[in-house]
Amino acid sequence: MSETLRIDGLRAAVEGKEILTGVTLNIQRGEIHALMGPNGSGKSTLGFAIMGHPAYEVTGGSVHLDGVDLLELDPDERARAGVFLAFQRPMAIPGVKMADFLRHATTNVRNPERKEGEDLISMREFRKELREKMEQLRMDPEFARRYVNDGFSGGEMKRAEILQMAMLRPKFAILDETDSGLDVDAVKLASQSIADIGGSEMGILIITHHDKLLEHNRPDFTHVMLGGRIVESGGPELAAELHSQGYDRIREKYPEAAAAELAMQEEAAPVS
Amino acid sequence: MRTDIRLFQLNSFALPTATEATAQLPAALLTEGLELAGRTASIDSCSVHSELSQRWRDQGVLFGNLEQLVREHPDRLQKHFENPVVRSDIDLFSALSAACWSGGTLLYVPRGVAVTEPLHALAGMTDGGVDLGRILVILEEGAEATLVCETASGSETDGGLHCGTIELVVGARASLRYVNLQNWGEQTWHFAHQKATVDRDAQLQWTIGALGSRLAKVNQHVALVGPGANAQVNGVMFTEQRQHLSYHTLQHHEAPSCHSDLLYKAALQDHSRTVWRGMIKVDAEAQKTDAYQRNDNLMLSADARADSIPGLEIEADDVRCTHGSTSGRVDDEQIFYCRNRGLTRREAVRMIVTGFFQQVFDRITIESVRDSLGGAVARRVREYD
Repeated sequence: MSETLRIDGLRAAVEGKEILTGVTLNIQRGEIHALMGPNGSGKSTLGFAIMGHPAYEVTGGSVHLDGVDLLELDPDERARAGVFLAFQRPMAIPGVKMADFLRHATTNVRNPERKEGEDLISMREFRKELREKMEQLRMDPEFARRYVNDGFSGGEMKRAEILQMAMLRPKFAILDETDSGLDVDAVKLASQSIADIGGSEMGILIITHHDKLLEHNRPDFTHVMLGGRIVESGGPELAAELHSQGYDRIREKYPEAAAAELAMQEEAAPVS
Repeated sequence: MRTDIRLFQLNSFALPTATEATAQLPAALLTEGLELAGRTASIDSCSVHSELSQRWRDQGVLFGNLEQLVREHPDRLQKHFENPVVRSDIDLFSALSAACWSGGTLLYVPRGVAVTEPLHALAGMTDGGVDLGRILVILEEGAEATLVCETASGSETDGGLHCGTIELVVGARASLRYVNLQNWGEQTWHFAHQKATVDRDAQLQWTIGALGSRLAKVNQHVALVGPGANAQVNGVMFTEQRQHLSYHTLQHHEAPSCHSDLLYKAALQDHSRTVWRGMIKVDAEAQKTDAYQRNDNLMLSADARADSIPGLEIEADDVRCTHGSTSGRVDDEQIFYCRNRGLTRREAVRMIVTGFFQQVFDRITIESVRDSLGGAVARRVREYD
């Protein structure tokens, strides 16, 4: 049986304001999905809601991974169940070395039943694998000794996220604007890295504004989000169209969603 | 009033007597993996163990029970008692310590002798007991040593009273690494006056770890008395429940061209409180002083409170003196990020707290001390909702 991340009618609110108004999306392992949409359409919210960010309250719908109700799980249990979110803006953890952080994370994700205080995976084994993955991603070995995201450049942060994805080997990964803030070369490298790491094992949801990241990761499906829901799905040609022509056609075609988008933006805007 | 000791009843404690020496010694935290030149242990100020390897005895090093050694070697120690580093007339507690001290630990290293392995002193206390220990370290000119001291109760919940003195005399060109871990039970009162004098071109690295006690009131004073003296002061504090730790530090530059660098970091849990009041004092003759002090506090609960009061008092006109202080909470976004990578909430907080202390740990050059102190701190981090 192929494994599926099944998102069904998901609704989510932040501070009482509904941002997701019913998202339905199925991703099989091995598939690449692109999620596009204008700013504020709810793309990042979808990632956070799936991962269980405490500020995002799920108000309806469901998310299942192979029949397991993810919404019933704590955020770390979701990670151990096999979902991963590459942050648009990863957090710095000063004083904690990348290698130590990743060894702990890798141990937990690979042994989902591990209790606190139980042994970590062997240092030797871990170091070897980390070194290999870093070589594959063309990263300086010194990187492992630096503190997590502390003083990293934008490009370094995004590559560090991809490295973590490579070590944690999730079943499903959501990449939230892994291309944002990167120059053309860095996006190219990120795109290549995702392709190297993802392979046929992973189901990937790529949230992006641009089609550059999709160059090496040709999506099987493209989805357009507007006003908190997916209004249209298609193949890779849809991503290309949106990148070159923007969202005017989508807004015209889905006036209700466009109205919802407008309403959300007005609510979010400061009172003048 | 920042530190309230009105609940402290001196009358409820008695002077330590020799009869309690049969009690079980608390386990030492910092000795794992350390090859020691010598060790001492006491309970309620009574010496129960004392050893120093022959190699160092042959070179004239003295290490062991202060009360006993001062009787055996008046020739070398009398002058220090006639002119003590810590004055007795500072307050009630300095007077009590001067009048009633008992037991204690002495380390004396003669001129030019470098003790290559660390020495360890453990002071234990029984529940409701009293420790009036006094630590005296004298490094003569050019001597070197590392002393690791621990104070601990038999159990985490124990009460008692510690009123003590630490005196470190670092002679010209001598080098002392001194570690002091305070890990009394959570009902114990801890009062201490601690002072080091660092002479010409000498080095002092003084690291304190403060984990225990109900209330601690500590004065830590480093006097740079000879030109070119260098002192590094490190502090790691972790408080919980209703603990209250108050540290007054003074970096006193009495001589020119000295360097002092103080870094205190505290993580606070539950309703606990810390007070750090730091002073850099530069005398008129102490030109070319380079002094720094910094205090960072990490609040692990909304009910904890940290007071951070840096201060400068400068009479010379050619100096560099700087200070800094930060207090902040663990960021929920940091925790979520860690959880997103499979760490439980508590593992995440532990990791963030350990990272917070890393800057101090990086300065502790004794690996076993660094690891044990890090482990002891991490174990205390609890889960919050």
